[in-house]
Amino acid sequence: MRRVTVLVTLLAIAVVALAAGCGSNGSNGSAAATSSASAGPVHLTIWVGWSARELGVFKDVIAGYEKLHPNVTVTVRGSVNDDQIIAAIRGGNAPDVVSSFTSSNVGAFTSSGAWINLGPFMQKSNISTSTFTPATMYYTQYKGVRTALPLLADTWGLYYNKGMFAKAGIASPPKTISELVADAKKLTVRNPDGSLKVVGYDPFSGFYDGAPPMIVTYAPYFDAKFTDAQGHSILSKDPGWSALFTWQKNLVDWYGYNNLVRWQAAQGDQFSSSNSFEIGKMAMTLDGEWRVAFIAAEHPELNYGTAPGPVIDTHPELYGSGYVNGTIIGIPKGSKNESAAWDLVKYLTTDNHALVQFSNGIRNVPSTLASLKSPELSPDPHFATFLHVFGNRQSATSPITAVGAAYQTLIQNFAVKYQAGKISDLHAGLVQLDKQIDAQLAQAQVGAGAP
Amino acid sequence: MSLTPAIETTVVQGLPAIDRRRARRRAAWRRRGVVLAFLSPWLVGVTIFFGYPLLMSVYLSFTHFDNLSAPRWIGLANYRYLFSGDQLVGQAVRNSLWLMVFAVPLYVLSAFGIAMLVARVKHGVGFFRTVFYLPALAPPVAATLGFVYILNPATGPINVLLSHLGIQGPLWFQSPAWSKPSLVLLGIWGVGNMFIIFLAAVLDVPKHLYESAELDGTGPLQRLRYVTLPTISPVILFSVVIAVIAAMQYFTQAYVAANIASGQASQAGDVTVNLGFPQGSTLFYPVLLYNDGFRDFSMGYASAMAVMLFIAAFGVTAIILVNSRRWVHYGGAVK
Repeated sequence: MRRVTVLVTLLAIAVVALAAGCGSNGSNGSAAATSSASAGPVHLTIWVGWSARELGVFKDVIAGYEKLHPNVTVTVRGSVNDDQIIAAIRGGNAPDVVSSFTSSNVGAFTSSGAWINLGPFMQKSNISTSTFTPATMYYTQYKGVRTALPLLADTWGLYYNKGMFAKAGIASPPKTISELVADAKKLTVRNPDGSLKVVGYDPFSGFYDGAPPMIVTYAPYFDAKFTDAQGHSILSKDPGWSALFTWQKNLVDWYGYNNLVRWQAAQGDQFSSSNSFEIGKMAMTLDGEWRVAFIAAEHPELNYGTAPGPVIDTHPELYGSGYVNGTIIGIPKGSKNESAAWDLVKYLTTDNHALVQFSNGIRNVPSTLASLKSPELSPDPHFATFLHVFGNRQSATSPITAVGAAYQTLIQNFAVKYQAGKISDLHAGLVQLDKQIDAQLAQAQVGAGAP
Repeated sequence: MSLTPAIETTVVQGLPAIDRRRARRRAAWRRRGVVLAFLSPWLVGVTIFFGYPLLMSVYLSFTHFDNLSAPRWIGLANYRYLFSGDQLVGQAVRNSLWLMVFAVPLYVLSAFGIAMLVARVKHGVGFFRTVFYLPALAPPVAATLGFVYILNPATGPINVLLSHLGIQGPLWFQSPAWSKPSLVLLGIWGVGNMFIIFLAAVLDVPKHLYESAELDGTGPLQRLRYVTLPTISPVILFSVVIAVIAAMQYFTQAYVAANIASGQASQAGDVTVNLGFPQGSTLFYPVLLYNDGFRDFSMGYASAMAVMLFIAAFGVTAIILVNSRRWVHYGGAVK
């Protein structure tokens, strides 16, 4: 009798263990979490880049996870950047889970082995890449090895001041670059001495979201491609880049380079309540979807609209698309509890309720296809624009390389010099830039290990 | 301490020749041991904080090292890229050379000029010494923040004042033509350490030399040329060497000013950098080195850059020291 009791007990334990190991279908990460988290008290640490209000919202999401897993406590550290993550991994003090705003660094995190391969975990949890959009799946892997998953996504679109549009007699937001230029000129107001009072649209590379590496946010609107099939830089061969730089410089010249710089110096910080668009110093701006939440919190009285960014006149079919990027999350090498860490990562990236809760709080785009259509998503016409851009099949992101965003810095440096009139021959300059990027990528490959 | 060798010598003289040699050798080793014991704190410090990093940098310069995984030997590839592939290096070197050519003489002249003025002050000397030294105590980041604010082209008090006088002020940190001069202004403002050294040297010039020169009918400029400058020439040499090395390693102020002036410093958690803003004019060699090593995951390449910087600093310092034999006078002996 005693032997039978022992056998039954062992069998029960085996069944429970098996069920816990295989029971999740990925739609709700909390089920599988019990496999690692049910054994006893588990403590996890997660580092994220969010701060202030956004960090508070993230902590609420984490509280939801802790409620589902009473034995798990999670310590959240905010305002963390990649420098700190790298230092912690090198020093052997890495947290259990990390997230980064710089998806371009996935290449470096993967090729160095700093972030562990999530492929086996996803397979075990039956999570398919089709859960997410193709763009987010691209910027969370390097050479086929997936070391990250998207934790909400970012898309860019046009914000416009409806009051200023009405005053200038403009009925709708611009859909093409030539319309954007015409509207920008109409909306610009100068002081009696010729200096700028209100800027219609500021195309200056290095101002607000034109800052590095964000020059790339314009690429999809101009159908500008970065590399050919062999991975060589093709900025001089792709007409989109010439069109982009030419448009940018022409509009800067119309304002007057020094005029624009002087006006910019007087503007408040992009991520403050003094943001130029929010206080009516700028009639239009290209910005990420997060601005919707910032405006709601800082200037709810602002009468504005959102629309997809205007596209190059020769490719009107691109209208509705945009640049896609986003926060990535993964497990660093040295995580003390990989299994429990994966449960948390899975919850944050695939649990639709958690994603929508987080999206509603900070107004970033939810990153699974199912969460995009969730009825829990707070309806907001301003925000809906970005959901459409995110779902657009022509929306694109930028290449992932072993040197992170280093090539984007080179493009940015070029753009800054060109708009200042320091480069007379655009094509020759772009040929030189291609060589520079190719040399940089080749150098990064010397001695680099396989991911 | 000085008695010990004398006692040992007396004892040794009473022994046979072989024993005397052994005893001398033992005494010599004991002396070396004592010297080493006294030097040991410095030796340990130099070995750990200078020798080891230097050797590691040299080793890493021959490797692919991304800061995250183990370094892999790649021979001279980093140096080849440094001399023929990386087009940002040229601009960074030119900017650093600009600092050496324009900023170093201005720093030294400013420190010397202020010291000469303060040395002549009869009343309130303590006040003036404090006023001119105080900026040196300001942390470089805070001082840079302050200067970027003061020199804001649109809202900064300097340009606001100029506009009241009907003058449109320059774009300062927002202009590639003015960004480096703005940094030099910041450097001159904080030249307190060098000023204190010059002040001590100027006050240390023997009064009788001035009196003799005056009796010989010399004017103020001649006294400066033939008395003050030769006497304080070792301090000038010291200041020039320190300033040149500081110019070659110039980083913090340039990095902070570029980020603040470009408006990119407040994005929490973000690491985007407006490299050398504006238009690469503040892209000094150490700024590029830092960016490659810590932002672009190329620590092996950054180490090669650091090795070249070390060699350049060593070479420039050696040239200055060799040339200094012609114009530096020690102990009043004029060659």
